Amino acid sequence: MARFFQLIRRDVILSFRQGSAVTLSLSFFVMVIVLFPLGVGPELSVLMRIGPGVLWVAALLACLLTLDRMFQADFEDGALDLFMIGPLPVEILVLAKVIAHWLTSILPLIVVAPVLALSLNLPAEGILALTLALLIGTPTLSLIGAVGAALTVGMRRGGVLLSLLVLPLYIPVLIFGVAAVDAAIAQLSVAPHLLLLGGISLGALVLGPLAAAAGLRLSLS
Amino acid sequence: MSFSVHNLACQRADQIIFENVSFSLAPGEAIWVRGRNGAGKSSLLRICARLLKPLDGSISWQGENILDDPESYVGAYQYLGHQDALKSAMTVEENIKFWADYHGEADVSAALAEFDLMPLRNVSAGILSQGQRKRVNLARLAASPASLWILDEPLSALDRHYIGQFRERLSRHLAAGGMAIYATHQDLELNDSKSLELGADT
Repeated sequence: MARFFQLIRRDVILSFRQGSAVTLSLSFFVMVIVLFPLGVGPELSVLMRIGPGVLWVAALLACLLTLDRMFQADFEDGALDLFMIGPLPVEILVLAKVIAHWLTSILPLIVVAPVLALSLNLPAEGILALTLALLIGTPTLSLIGAVGAALTVGMRRGGVLLSLLVLPLYIPVLIFGVAAVDAAIAQLSVAPHLLLLGGISLGALVLGPLAAAAGLRLSLS
Repeated sequence: MSFSVHNLACQRADQIIFENVSFSLAPGEAIWVRGRNGAGKSSLLRICARLLKPLDGSISWQGENILDDPESYVGAYQYLGHQDALKSAMTVEENIKFWADYHGEADVSAALAEFDLMPLRNVSAGILSQGQRKRVNLARLAASPASLWILDEPLSALDRHYIGQFRERLSRHLAAGGMAIYATHQDLELNDSKSLELGADT
């Protein structure tokens, strides 16, 4: 257990010191969302209509940006070899990597999302639902992404293939995530959507590490 | 403690690299894997380190097949490969400490002192020279409690002084009942070490 937390700590420290992961996905997220009012025009009703979708799609794409580094950096310098033969089961190793990825690449997005939602004219109840939906739904993004990252580790230009592999699997999260915010804006119950998101996340929590560990063994052999 | 390899065969991309490789190690013994480039030295070491699956054959640790039951084998060995697993965003000491903690309790400062890394301990690993990086990796190895060392080119980039120092450290490891499998093109002849020639017939 101590090793599990050491690994998460190491990955978080590394990505903060290198700075790239956090700033890259965060600034991409902010830029994309700021571009939309400029492109669509300042009509508030239109912005409110597309706001939830824009926020979620931007979050999915921002998550993709850093996904390919999840195992790639450790693969390139040989650390992944040492992890594979180390005392921690590969499935748990994947889980630690996923948590570190979520903390460094996605949690910052969730923190700034309410501010950006204001710029898209989302009402207060919509912002609350958005934050909740992001918190519950985004772990799935890291978990499913880990499977793609594991399968493409060691490939040159694997990032493009990774996006093609992973994005279709993000569709359920996108649908229910946007539906939750829309429901909140329409004063309907948000709970069913959040429960579905939670269900998807729990399913991914079980299957993701298993599949990603199998993928890692496959790509490294 | 014993390590043995029986009738190992290795295949890479439709080509048999080697077959019928067998050897065994008892405490205090080391084996030098020799062969030309491409003879399969690194592949053999990676198979022994469970990083590659053999095409055929078995590897046993304490008489138990490690492919069926890796539990007791994990932690009993350390692998040192061509890549150095050093993160340039961390200092030398942080790098070694992470791996030492990860593999179990270890004396980090003793390992640092052993390869004269004390003056470099707070230096970022990114600015080290190749030889210094190798020394950090050897210190990582020395800091682990593993009894079987699997070493792929442990001497590359080291100068004569540190080659001597590493030879002395390896001898001490063997004298303490450790084991080692190593592949190197440089001269690392130890007293009564075995040797295995790969691809001799090709």
